[in-house]
Amino acid sequence: MERYIFYILALIMIVFAIASVSSRKMLRSVIYLLFTLVGVAGIFFLIDYNFLAAVELTVYAGGIIVLIIFSVLLVHHIEMRLEVAKLSKRILTAIACLIGIGIFLTTIYSYDFNVVENTTTTTTAEIGAGLLSYGEGGFILPFEVISVLLLAAMIGAIIIAKGKKLEPNNDESL
Amino acid sequence: MIEGISIYEILTLTTILFFIGVYGFITRKNMISILISVELILNTSVVNFVVINKYLYPEMLQGVYFSIFIIAVAAAETALAVSIIINLYRQISSVEVKDIEIMKY
Repeated sequence: MERYIFYILALIMIVFAIASVSSRKMLRSVIYLLFTLVGVAGIFFLIDYNFLAAVELTVYAGGIIVLIIFSVLLVHHIEMRLEVAKLSKRILTAIACLIGIGIFLTTIYSYDFNVVENTTTTTTAEIGAGLLSYGEGGFILPFEVISVLLLAAMIGAIIIAKGKKLEPNNDESL
Repeated sequence: MIEGISIYEILTLTTILFFIGVYGFITRKNMISILISVELILNTSVVNFVVINKYLYPEMLQGVYFSIFIIAVAAAETALAVSIIINLYRQISSVEVKDIEIMKY
Protein backbone atom coordinates (compact mmCIF):
# COMPACT_ATOMS: atom_id res chain seq x y z
CA MET A 1 0.00 0.00 0.00
CA GLU A 2 2.68 2.48 1.06
CA ARG A 3 4.63 1.44 -1.98
CA TYR A 4 1.90 2.62 -4.34
CA ILE A 5 1.46 5.86 -2.40
CA PHE A 6 5.19 6.50 -2.82
CA TYR A 7 5.06 5.86 -6.55
CA ILE A 8 2.06 8.14 -6.99
CA LEU A 9 3.79 10.87 -4.96
CA ALA A 10 6.99 10.49 -6.97
CA LEU A 11 5.07 10.76 -10.24
CA ILE A 12 3.20 13.87 -9.05
CA MET A 13 6.42 15.49 -7.85
CA ILE A 14 8.37 14.88 -11.06
CA VAL A 15 5.53 15.96 -13.34
CA PHE A 16 4.87 19.16 -11.41
CA ALA A 17 8.57 19.95 -11.07
CA ILE A 18 8.96 19.74 -14.85
CA ALA A 19 5.84 21.86 -15.28
CA SER A 20 7.21 24.37 -12.78
CA VAL A 21 10.48 24.93 -14.62
CA SER A 22 8.91 24.96 -18.09
CA SER A 23 5.61 26.81 -17.67
CA ARG A 24 5.55 30.20 -19.36
CA LYS A 25 3.05 31.74 -16.98
CA MET A 26 4.71 32.93 -13.80
CA LEU A 27 1.88 32.37 -11.34
CA ARG A 28 1.20 28.86 -12.61
CA SER A 29 4.82 27.90 -12.20
CA VAL A 30 4.65 28.98 -8.53
CA ILE A 31 1.52 26.88 -7.97
CA TYR A 32 3.20 23.86 -9.60
CA LEU A 33 6.10 24.34 -7.17
CA LEU A 34 3.53 24.25 -4.35
CA PHE A 35 2.38 20.79 -5.49
CA THR A 36 5.97 19.55 -5.52
CA LEU A 37 6.49 20.83 -1.97
CA VAL A 38 3.31 19.11 -0.80
CA GLY A 39 4.70 15.92 -2.34
CA VAL A 40 7.90 16.34 -0.31
CA ALA A 41 5.79 16.73 2.83
CA GLY A 42 3.95 13.54 1.88
CA ILE A 43 7.26 11.66 1.70
CA PHE A 44 8.15 12.96 5.17
CA PHE A 45 4.80 11.65 6.44
CA LEU A 46 5.52 8.27 4.81
CA ILE A 47 8.87 7.86 6.60
CA ASP A 48 7.34 8.85 9.94
CA TYR A 49 8.89 12.25 10.49
CA ASN A 50 5.64 14.02 11.25
CA PHE A 51 7.25 17.11 12.77
CA LEU A 52 9.40 17.68 9.70
CA ALA A 53 6.39 17.27 7.43
CA ALA A 54 4.53 19.89 9.47
CA VAL A 55 7.53 22.25 9.23
CA GLU A 56 7.71 21.68 5.48
CA LEU A 57 4.01 22.45 5.06
CA THR A 58 4.00 25.57 7.23
CA VAL A 59 7.33 27.12 6.23
CA TYR A 60 7.49 26.17 2.56
CA ALA A 61 3.91 25.69 1.41
CA GLY A 62 2.55 28.31 3.78
CA GLY A 63 5.31 30.90 3.96
CA ILE A 64 7.68 30.82 1.03
CA ILE A 65 5.03 30.16 -1.62
CA VAL A 66 2.92 33.06 -0.37
CA LEU A 67 6.02 35.29 -0.38
CA ILE A 68 6.86 34.34 -3.97
CA ILE A 69 3.22 34.85 -5.04
CA PHE A 70 3.33 38.32 -3.49
CA SER A 71 6.46 39.20 -5.39
CA VAL A 72 4.98 37.83 -8.63
CA LEU A 73 1.86 39.92 -8.18
CA LEU A 74 3.91 43.01 -7.38
CA VAL A 75 6.25 42.84 -10.37
CA HIS A 76 4.28 41.13 -13.15
CA HIS A 77 1.23 41.41 -15.27
CA ILE A 78 -0.66 38.17 -14.85
CA GLU A 79 -1.14 37.66 -18.56
CA MET A 80 2.51 38.27 -19.44
CA ARG A 81 4.23 35.29 -21.00
CA LEU A 82 7.80 34.65 -19.98
CA GLU A 83 10.66 34.86 -22.35
CA VAL A 84 12.32 31.45 -22.80
CA ALA A 85 15.85 30.55 -23.69
CA LYS A 86 16.83 29.56 -27.21
CA LEU A 87 15.90 26.04 -28.27
CA SER A 88 19.52 25.03 -28.81
CA LYS A 89 20.44 26.20 -25.32
CA ARG A 90 17.52 24.32 -23.78
CA ILE A 91 18.42 21.10 -25.59
CA LEU A 92 22.06 21.46 -24.58
CA THR A 93 21.09 22.02 -20.94
CA ALA A 94 18.71 19.06 -21.01
CA ILE A 95 21.45 16.80 -22.38
CA ALA A 96 23.89 18.02 -19.73
CA CYS A 97 21.29 17.37 -17.02
CA LEU A 98 20.62 13.86 -18.37
CA ILE A 99 24.35 13.13 -18.30
CA GLY A 100 24.44 14.41 -14.73
CA ILE A 101 21.52 12.17 -13.74
CA GLY A 102 23.34 9.22 -15.32
CA ILE A 103 26.54 9.90 -13.40
CA PHE A 104 24.71 10.38 -10.10
CA LEU A 105 22.62 7.24 -10.55
CA THR A 106 25.59 5.06 -11.47
CA THR A 107 27.38 6.32 -8.37
CA ILE A 108 24.35 5.70 -6.16
CA TYR A 109 23.58 2.24 -7.52
CA SER A 110 27.21 1.09 -7.36
CA TYR A 111 27.43 1.99 -3.66
CA ASP A 112 26.27 -0.64 -1.20
CA PHE A 113 24.19 1.14 1.45
CA ASN A 114 24.20 -0.47 4.87
CA VAL A 115 20.44 -0.17 5.44
CA VAL A 116 19.13 -0.83 8.96
CA GLU A 117 15.62 -2.28 9.00
CA ASN A 118 13.58 -0.30 11.51
CA THR A 119 10.12 0.98 12.29
CA THR A 120 11.00 3.56 14.92
CA THR A 121 8.80 6.60 15.22
CA THR A 122 10.43 9.87 16.22
CA THR A 123 8.41 12.07 18.51
CA THR A 124 8.58 15.84 18.49
CA ALA A 125 9.80 15.75 22.11
CA GLU A 126 12.95 13.87 21.10
CA ILE A 127 13.70 16.36 18.34
CA GLY A 128 13.18 19.30 20.70
CA ALA A 129 15.31 17.76 23.44
CA GLY A 130 18.17 17.12 21.03
CA LEU A 131 17.90 20.58 19.54
CA LEU A 132 18.12 22.29 22.93
CA SER A 133 20.65 20.04 24.68
CA TYR A 134 24.07 21.50 25.38
CA GLY A 135 25.71 18.16 26.14
CA GLU A 136 27.44 15.73 23.79
CA GLY A 137 26.00 16.04 20.28
CA GLY A 138 23.57 18.79 21.24
CA PHE A 139 22.55 21.43 18.74
CA ILE A 140 21.98 24.45 20.96
CA LEU A 141 24.68 26.62 19.33
CA PRO A 142 23.49 26.30 15.70
CA PHE A 143 19.93 26.73 16.95
CA GLU A 144 20.79 30.08 18.51
CA VAL A 145 22.89 31.12 15.52
CA ILE A 146 19.99 30.37 13.18
CA SER A 147 17.70 32.56 15.30
CA VAL A 148 20.17 35.46 15.00
CA LEU A 149 20.43 34.78 11.25
CA LEU A 150 16.63 34.93 10.87
CA LEU A 151 16.51 38.23 12.77
CA ALA A 152 19.30 39.68 10.61
CA ALA A 153 17.58 38.47 7.42
CA MET A 154 14.30 40.02 8.54
CA ILE A 155 15.85 43.41 9.28
CA GLY A 156 17.87 43.28 6.05
CA ALA A 157 14.79 42.41 4.00
CA ILE A 158 12.85 45.32 5.48
CA ILE A 159 15.69 47.78 4.84
CA ILE A 160 16.34 46.58 1.28
CA ALA A 161 12.67 46.48 0.29
CA LYS A 162 12.07 49.95 1.70
CA GLY A 163 14.50 51.38 -0.85
CA LYS A 164 15.55 54.96 -0.27
CA LYS A 165 16.72 56.14 3.09
CA LEU A 166 14.14 57.92 5.17
CA GLU A 167 14.69 61.65 5.07
CA PRO A 168 13.85 64.05 7.87
CA ASN A 169 10.44 65.48 7.30
CA ASN A 170 11.14 69.20 6.76
CA ASP A 171 7.96 70.43 5.19
CA GLU A 172 8.23 73.55 3.00
CA SER A 173 4.98 75.03 4.18
CA LEU A 174 6.07 75.27 7.79
CA MET B 1 11.14 3.61 6.58
CA ILE B 2 8.69 3.03 3.76
CA GLU B 3 7.63 -0.58 3.38
CA GLY B 4 8.78 -2.10 0.10
CA ILE B 5 10.73 0.96 -1.00
CA SER B 6 14.51 0.77 -0.96
CA ILE B 7 16.78 3.75 -0.40
CA TYR B 8 17.85 3.57 -4.04
CA GLU B 9 14.40 4.48 -5.31
CA ILE B 10 14.11 7.54 -3.09
CA LEU B 11 17.63 8.68 -4.04
CA THR B 12 16.69 8.24 -7.71
CA LEU B 13 13.65 10.47 -7.19
CA THR B 14 15.68 13.18 -5.47
CA THR B 15 18.38 13.03 -8.15
CA ILE B 16 15.80 13.57 -10.88
CA LEU B 17 14.22 16.46 -8.99
CA PHE B 18 17.65 18.02 -8.37
CA PHE B 19 18.52 18.02 -12.05
CA ILE B 20 15.11 19.41 -12.98
CA GLY B 21 16.00 22.28 -10.62
CA VAL B 22 19.41 22.71 -12.27
CA TYR B 23 17.76 22.74 -15.71
CA GLY B 24 15.37 25.48 -14.60
CA PHE B 25 18.19 27.45 -13.01
CA ILE B 26 20.15 27.52 -16.26
CA THR B 27 17.38 28.03 -18.81
CA ARG B 28 15.18 30.59 -17.06
CA LYS B 29 15.65 34.29 -17.74
CA ASN B 30 13.62 35.69 -14.91
CA MET B 31 14.83 36.23 -11.35
CA ILE B 32 11.70 34.84 -9.70
CA SER B 33 11.86 31.69 -11.83
CA ILE B 34 15.48 31.23 -10.81
CA LEU B 35 14.41 31.59 -7.18
CA ILE B 36 11.82 28.84 -7.72
CA SER B 37 14.50 26.54 -9.17
CA VAL B 38 16.75 27.18 -6.17
CA GLU B 39 13.88 26.22 -3.85
CA LEU B 40 13.53 22.95 -5.77
CA ILE B 41 17.24 22.18 -5.39
CA LEU B 42 17.23 22.96 -1.65
CA ASN B 43 14.18 20.77 -1.14
CA THR B 44 15.80 17.74 -2.71
CA SER B 45 18.81 18.16 -0.44
CA VAL B 46 16.46 18.25 2.57
CA VAL B 47 14.83 15.00 1.44
CA ASN B 48 18.26 13.40 0.99
CA PHE B 49 19.35 14.33 4.52
CA VAL B 50 16.15 12.95 6.03
CA VAL B 51 16.09 9.74 4.01
CA ILE B 52 19.72 8.87 4.68
CA ASN B 53 19.17 9.53 8.36
CA LYS B 54 16.09 7.29 8.45
CA TYR B 55 17.48 4.40 6.43
CA LEU B 56 21.10 4.23 7.59
CA TYR B 57 21.17 5.68 11.12
CA PRO B 58 17.64 5.43 12.52
CA GLU B 59 18.75 5.82 16.15
CA MET B 60 20.21 9.29 15.50
CA LEU B 61 18.51 12.54 14.57
CA GLN B 62 21.31 14.58 13.03
CA GLY B 63 19.75 14.57 9.56
CA VAL B 64 16.51 15.98 10.94
CA TYR B 65 18.34 18.83 12.68
CA PHE B 66 20.29 19.68 9.57
CA SER B 67 17.16 19.66 7.43
CA ILE B 68 15.48 22.04 9.90
CA PHE B 69 18.49 24.36 9.56
CA ILE B 70 18.38 24.09 5.76
CA ILE B 71 14.69 25.03 5.79
CA ALA B 72 15.40 28.04 8.05
CA VAL B 73 18.27 29.25 5.84
CA ALA B 74 16.09 28.78 2.74
CA ALA B 75 13.36 30.90 4.32
CA ALA B 76 15.85 33.68 5.13
CA GLU B 77 17.30 33.50 1.64
CA THR B 78 13.87 33.73 0.00
CA ALA B 79 12.89 36.74 2.09
CA LEU B 80 16.09 38.58 1.13
CA ALA B 81 15.80 37.61 -2.54
CA VAL B 82 12.21 38.81 -2.75
CA SER B 83 13.10 42.13 -1.16
CA ILE B 84 16.02 42.58 -3.58
CA ILE B 85 13.73 41.75 -6.53
CA ILE B 86 11.10 44.26 -5.41
CA ASN B 87 13.71 46.98 -4.92
CA LEU B 88 15.24 46.30 -8.35
CA TYR B 89 11.82 46.41 -9.96
CA ARG B 90 11.24 49.81 -8.41
CA GLN B 91 14.48 51.15 -9.85
CA ILE B 92 14.68 49.62 -13.34
CA SER B 93 11.11 48.25 -13.86
CA SER B 94 12.33 44.82 -14.83
CA VAL B 95 13.23 41.51 -13.24
CA GLU B 96 14.90 39.97 -16.28
CA VAL B 97 18.43 38.82 -15.60
CA LYS B 98 19.89 40.54 -18.65
CA ASP B 99 18.64 43.97 -17.54
CA ILE B 100 20.26 43.81 -14.17
CA GLU B 101 23.68 45.34 -14.42
CA ILE B 102 24.07 47.45 -11.31
CA MET B 103 23.24 46.51 -7.78
CA LYS B 104 24.55 49.54 -5.98
CA TYR B 105 23.08 50.89 -2.83
